[in-house]
Amino acid sequence: MILKPNEKLDIHYILKDLESYRPNKRGWVWRKQGQQNIGKFSYAQASPSLKKSIPLQAASYLGDIDPQPDAVITAEIASGRFEDDIRRMRMAAYHGADHIMVIRTAGQSHFDGLLEGTPQGVGGIPITRKQLRAQRKALDYIEEEVGRPINYHSYVSGVAGPEIAVLFNEEGINGAHQDPQYNILYRNINMVRSFVDAAESKCVMAHANIAQIDGAHNANATARDAWKVMPELLVQHAINSVFSEMVGIKPENICLSSVPPAAPPSPDLKLNLPYAVALREFFDKYKIRAQMNTKYMDSSTREATVTHVLNLLISRLTSADIQSTITPDEGRNVPWHIYNIEALDTAKQAMVGMDDLLSMVGIKDTGYIYEKKREIQERAVLMLEEMIELGGYYEAVEAGMFVDSGEYPERHGDGIKRTIDGGIGAGSVIKRANNYMAPVTAHFGYNNMAQYGEEYVSNPSKLIDGCTFEKPDKIQFIDELDETDNVYLRLEETEKYRNTNLIKPEVEWLADGVVTVDLFFPVESRVAQEAALETGRKMNLSDVEVIHKEVLHPSEGTRVQIKGRVSFDIDVSKLTIPEEVKTLSEEDIFDYVKKHPLKVIAGTGGNDEHSVGIREVLDIKHGGIEKYGITYTYLGTSVPIDKFVDAAIEMNADAILMSTIISHDDTHYKNMKKLHDYAVEKGVRDKIILIAGGTQVSPEIARKHHVDQGFGRGTKGLHIASFLVERHKEMIK
Amino acid sequence: MKTREDDFNIRSKPLKEMSDAELKEYFYKLTKIVLNPIYNQTQNYTSKSIERSVLLRMGFSSLEAQKIVDVLNEHDLLPHGAGHCVFHVASINGIDIKDAGTLVIEGKYIDDIKEALKE
Repeated sequence: MILKPNEKLDIHYILKDLESYRPNKRGWVWRKQGQQNIGKFSYAQASPSLKKSIPLQAASYLGDIDPQPDAVITAEIASGRFEDDIRRMRMAAYHGADHIMVIRTAGQSHFDGLLEGTPQGVGGIPITRKQLRAQRKALDYIEEEVGRPINYHSYVSGVAGPEIAVLFNEEGINGAHQDPQYNILYRNINMVRSFVDAAESKCVMAHANIAQIDGAHNANATARDAWKVMPELLVQHAINSVFSEMVGIKPENICLSSVPPAAPPSPDLKLNLPYAVALREFFDKYKIRAQMNTKYMDSSTREATVTHVLNLLISRLTSADIQSTITPDEGRNVPWHIYNIEALDTAKQAMVGMDDLLSMVGIKDTGYIYEKKREIQERAVLMLEEMIELGGYYEAVEAGMFVDSGEYPERHGDGIKRTIDGGIGAGSVIKRANNYMAPVTAHFGYNNMAQYGEEYVSNPSKLIDGCTFEKPDKIQFIDELDETDNVYLRLEETEKYRNTNLIKPEVEWLADGVVTVDLFFPVESRVAQEAALETGRKMNLSDVEVIHKEVLHPSEGTRVQIKGRVSFDIDVSKLTIPEEVKTLSEEDIFDYVKKHPLKVIAGTGGNDEHSVGIREVLDIKHGGIEKYGITYTYLGTSVPIDKFVDAAIEMNADAILMSTIISHDDTHYKNMKKLHDYAVEKGVRDKIILIAGGTQVSPEIARKHHVDQGFGRGTKGLHIASFLVERHKEMIK
Repeated sequence: MKTREDDFNIRSKPLKEMSDAELKEYFYKLTKIVLNPIYNQTQNYTSKSIERSVLLRMGFSSLEAQKIVDVLNEHDLLPHGAGHCVFHVASINGIDIKDAGTLVIEGKYIDDIKEALKE
């Protein structure tokens, strides 16, 4: 299957023959980096443009360029229904994502084993072989479509880490979170078990060339004052990174998940920049996955976006190998389609905008920033010293040393405490006997293969004629286990909206019907909130909820955003859809007009005094046709119809642009016919292009009234210039 | 940990002598001291999840792996490796690994495994 931009991705095709699907590639892929010359510009921190993409809006003024930054860019997509997420992944890829991260459903980390089938998730999706394979398959097609490899990513944590790592290896997953400290501190899984399992998981991930992201960023999401946890973050990064390297992961696949801990109104850069420098200096042999701040997010998507742009500034002032994106709506709901895309565009826009920043500005190596950076590093060293004094890592966790709200060595006594023999899975590790043996590839630790022959020591799976890592046909595919909760039932429910005439507004799931309404009321906050809910109900929305509230003034007014569901469907076959106006590139118009100077007569026709619209499409200041070198003579308002034609003959003009706003009694269309008739009468109709425009003009009806083209609401100079050039080409043929 | 005032200025005195490079080197030296005992421990232990991950690689489904590990754990045979036990049943019967796994799930050959692998 080859995906085409004008065709939807067929979910039924993705689900077909999954049992025999094998991923296109394995292992993590970085972007090709280097200078790119795109359009009129040169970019230093960039990667090749995509075959297919959606550029930033402003690109329409710059030749539709879509420069891609050097860093891999992440979108976290997990709405609970993986089949709907696939559509979002395709949209994300068009907006520059090449790292798709899938959050797991609540509770999966405590599930002792693998989940199978495709049950619906809560706050994420149940990670199963079928779901992974379907999404990897879809991404294989999507990456082909956009022309850049896409890394697919989820989590190797919880009490079934090693099994998930094997699953990821088998299914061609490219990146994974793996950090035993996450299990210990935030999931209360026994610490010995967490490290024993982590060693096996990391060994399996190393074999698959999976990039690993650690879990240190959770400390600043958890700590009361996030910026005080900075010394500990260095310690957490070190423990996971060095342990991973000891187990066999290559340093270039070890990524530190780093979040600027503070956010405005705290002095963001003053707190975050020294930390970013301290981190990158200590961990220069590893990669940085720059994550955005979530700790101080509330319901304002604007405020979150500004914080995230400051985070991106830090990425550009220091470095980021993977730039993650947090959706600006994460403070209020599980991310919606539009906000995933906004977050990606924010990252792309800011990173391209700050291209090559460090060739112009530098970070000082004296004064405040140097001293603060050094202080953070020293505090981290002191923390390690005390851990050793206490007897080691386990003892330090038992003492509650981690995620204390004091900036180390200050202690508030409120850290997370776990005991060495406590937590989920306590006492569940098993000492390996002398004859312990596992005849498989990428198995960590003691493995007595020699008892069956020396030849198996370096190749254990040879004993069973290869394991699934060498022979993927040995992988067992389970389709569905739950007849009442699976993708087929969900698809059935929404089938009437798939490739039919029916659509519904949506935010995350096909036809979920959710809409938002942005309101302002000239009253205080509590009253405004109730007024907003009542507005939603009066608009016939169901499940109305307030999702954002902002006081503009305690008594003068409040902004409220609500969401709610609509119950109706839209039948697209019953819509009148205006025809697509074709435009040429600005360059092509310039070139053509240079070779064939075009002259236009313009004015508002009949008894029409509305001249704002026509000035917009004429004047250079508004991006009118004048911009392209087309000259015009403006006859003014209420121009008699015959005068247009007479003037055109006198000035030897190529076209007449008549604005006609008044639509009462079809005056506008009658004027078009008059214009045509008079041009015929004068014998110049075949030499002059007739164009009529106005807010009530429909192109089809205008053409029926014998003008060459009509232009309605939203017309720009580019549209008219494009038409003039195309029509003129035909006329001089 | 007990509440403690920020005594950074006192504690950090010995570190002031170090250059940036020396401080970084010391940071990694301490990290390795913390991790060495953990690393050594992890090499000699296994868990039910690790054993299930071995069985997955040997070609069992997650459901089969779960059952095999539960049966072997019940009989205290995991210290020898779940894959090892299944391999043993396959070898003595001259059957393939998958069939051997089915026998283990049915609770067959447990005594044979015990006798052959118990040290």
